[in-house]
Amino acid sequence: MSTFAELLLNGLSLGSVYALVALGFVVIFRATEVVNFAHASLLLAGGYVTATLHDDIGFWPALLAGIAGAALVGAAVEFLVMRRYRGSDQSVLAIVTIGVDILLTTELTRRIGTDVLTPGDPWGDAVLTVGPVSIAHTRIAAFVTASLLITVFLLAFRFTSWGVAMRAAAESPETAALMGVRLGRVSLGAWAVAGGLAAVAALFLTVFPTPGLERATSLAALKAFPAAILGGLDSTTGALVGGLLVGVTESLATGYQSDLTFLGRGLGDLAPYVVMVAILLIRPAGLFGTKELARV
Amino acid sequence: MSEVLTRDETDSASRPARRRPLRLPAARTATGAACAVLLLALPFYVDRFWLQAGLFAMAAAIGAIGLNLLTGATGQLSMGHAFFLAVGAYGYCVFAADGGDGPAGLGLPAWLAAVLAVAVSGIAGGLFSPIAGRLRGAYLGIATLALIFIGQHVLFNARDLTGGFNGRDVPPLSLFGLTFDDRELVVANVPFGSAEKLWYVGLLLLLGCGLFARGVLRGRPGRAMNAIRDHRIAAGVIGVPVARYRAGVFVLSSMYAGLAGVLLALVFQRTVPDYFGITLSLDYLAMIVIGGLGSVAGAVAGAAFVSLLPQLLTRYSDALPLVSDPGTGGIAPGEAARYLYGAAVVAVVLFLPGGLVRLAARLRVKPRPGVRVTPRPGATEGEER
Repeated sequence: MSTFAELLLNGLSLGSVYALVALGFVVIFRATEVVNFAHASLLLAGGYVTATLHDDIGFWPALLAGIAGAALVGAAVEFLVMRRYRGSDQSVLAIVTIGVDILLTTELTRRIGTDVLTPGDPWGDAVLTVGPVSIAHTRIAAFVTASLLITVFLLAFRFTSWGVAMRAAAESPETAALMGVRLGRVSLGAWAVAGGLAAVAALFLTVFPTPGLERATSLAALKAFPAAILGGLDSTTGALVGGLLVGVTESLATGYQSDLTFLGRGLGDLAPYVVMVAILLIRPAGLFGTKELARV
Repeated sequence: MSEVLTRDETDSASRPARRRPLRLPAARTATGAACAVLLLALPFYVDRFWLQAGLFAMAAAIGAIGLNLLTGATGQLSMGHAFFLAVGAYGYCVFAADGGDGPAGLGLPAWLAAVLAVAVSGIAGGLFSPIAGRLRGAYLGIATLALIFIGQHVLFNARDLTGGFNGRDVPPLSLFGLTFDDRELVVANVPFGSAEKLWYVGLLLLLGCGLFARGVLRGRPGRAMNAIRDHRIAAGVIGVPVARYRAGVFVLSSMYAGLAGVLLALVFQRTVPDYFGITLSLDYLAMIVIGGLGSVAGAVAGAAFVSLLPQLLTRYSDALPLVSDPGTGGIAPGEAARYLYGAAVVAVVLFLPGGLVRLAARLRVKPRPGVRVTPRPGATEGEER
C-alpha cells in the first residue's frame, strides 16, 4: 500500500510537470491555432540555459535566465517564423513547426553532445519520509511550483486584460481584432509564456531522480503531447487532467513493471501513449476537447 | 556524379506534373530514355559508396511516396511512418532468416518473405485504422507518435524476434536462383556485389511504386482523397466514404513504408532499432514537404534531397567550410544536413508552396494562368472549423 501511495504521489508530481508543458502547448493552440511540434525543443532550450549557467551565476539566477531564454526562443520563433505564416492552414503551420523543431533540436543536441548536464538545484537527493511513505524533495518542489504556476496562470487567463484578450482571440480572431486586440502581441505572448512554462518543466524533468539534462530529455518532453491531446487540444482543464493522467500512468507502470516483466522493460515510457490511444478510441476529440461542429 | 543524380531527379520530378497532353513528346521521351540508360549504366561506373547512397534514396523515395499519399494527398498527418518501416524491415528478417542461431526465423524463400513483410505492414496499418479513420490533423499526428514508442518498445524488448538493442542480420535477397549478396559476380569486367545487384531491384521497385501511386492519385481514389483533404464534409456529402478512405490510405501508405523498410534492410544488411525512431519519421515528413506535397515526383525529389544531402556532405566535408568530421567539435556532416533541411522545410512552405516539383515546373514552362501544376499543400481542413 505504501508503494502505491509513493507511486501515486510521484506520479501526481510528475504529472503536474507534464501539465505545465501541456498547458503551454494548449495556450499556443488556443491563441494561434498552431499545433506546436517544436514544443519539446523549447523545453530543451530552457533546460540547457539553466544547466549551463548555474555554475557561474548560481541556481536561481540561472533558472530565471533559463525561463527568460526559453521565452525568448519561443517569442523569436513566433516573430521570425510563425508570423510569416499567419492565416495559413493548420496543418501547414504544424509542418512549419516540425521544421523549426528539426533546427532547434539539432542545434541543442549538438551542444549537449553526449554530456549529462546537472541542473544544479538546491534540493539534491534529499528525501522526506512521512510514516511508511518517502518522497524526494524535488518531487514536492515540482508539485508545489507547478500547482502555483498553473493557478496563477489560470487566474491571469480569467481576470487580467491579457487573459481576456487571449481568450477573445481564441474565440474569434476577427472580432477580437476589430475590438482592438492586437493579435500579433497575443500570439507573441502565448509563445513566450509557453516557453517560460516549458523551461520550468525542464528543470523538474532533469532533477533527481533523473540523471540530468541529456539528449533523451526531449523524448521525455514529448509526453506532454499525449497529455495535451488526451485532455483535448483546446482545453486548459484538459491539459491539467491529461498531464496528471500521463504522470500517474507513467509512475505506476514504472513502479509495477517488475510484476509485468512479460511486457518488457521501460514500460513507463510507453504507458502514456497507450492510454492516449485508448482514450482517443472512445473520445476522438479528447476528454474535454470541444467536439467539432460543422455547419454546411 | 551528383550532377547526374540531380538531372535524374528533376526529370522524374517534372513527369507527373503535366496535366495536359504531352507538349514535346519527342524531347521528353528522349530525356526519359537518356536518364533510364544512365540509371541502368551507373553500377558499371560508380563505386559502392554512391550506389549505396542511391539505394538509400530509392528506399526513402518509396517510403516518401507512401507518406505523400497519406499526408500530401489526403491531408492526414502521420508521425508514425518509421514504425511501418520497422515492421517491413524486421518482418522481412523474421520471415527470411533460417533461425538457426540467434533470433527466430521462419526460413521462407526471400522473395516470399519480402511480400509477406509488406503484407504485415499493411495489416499493422489496418489494425490502427480505428484511429486512422476517425482522427485528423494534429490529433492523428500525435496519436501516430504512439506508434513510434510502441514500435521502439517492441524492438528493444522482443529479443527473440528483433535481436534487441544490437539488432539482427538481414538475410540476402534471392530471386530466381540469383542471390543478392557480396559473392562477386563479374558482369562485363565489373565485379557485381550486393549494391550493384540491388540497384536494379531498387530501380524496378521504385518505378513500380511510382507508377502505382500515380495511378491511384490520378484515378477515382485520388480525386476522393483530394476531396477529403480539401473539404471533408463536402466529400462525405458527394458520397465519398470518408472513414473508409482514410483507413484505406493509411493501410496503403504503411505498405509502401513496409516495402521501403525491406529495401533499407537489404541495403544496410543489418537492422538496428535505434534507426527507426522519431527522427526518421520527421525526415520523411521533411522529404515530402521539400519535394512537394501530394505528388509522386515530389516525394522522389524530396527523398533524394534529404537522403543524399548527408552523404554528399560527408563525402566532401574536407572541402566544405563549417563542416568537420564527426567528433571534432565542429558541425558534423549529418548535423549540417539536418540544419539545411530543417531550414528547407521552413523556407519551402514560405517561398515555394508546392516544393521542388513546383520549382522544376516553373523553370520548365512559364507559368500560365489557370494551370495549377501541383495541388496546393495547404488547402486542407481550415474551412470546416
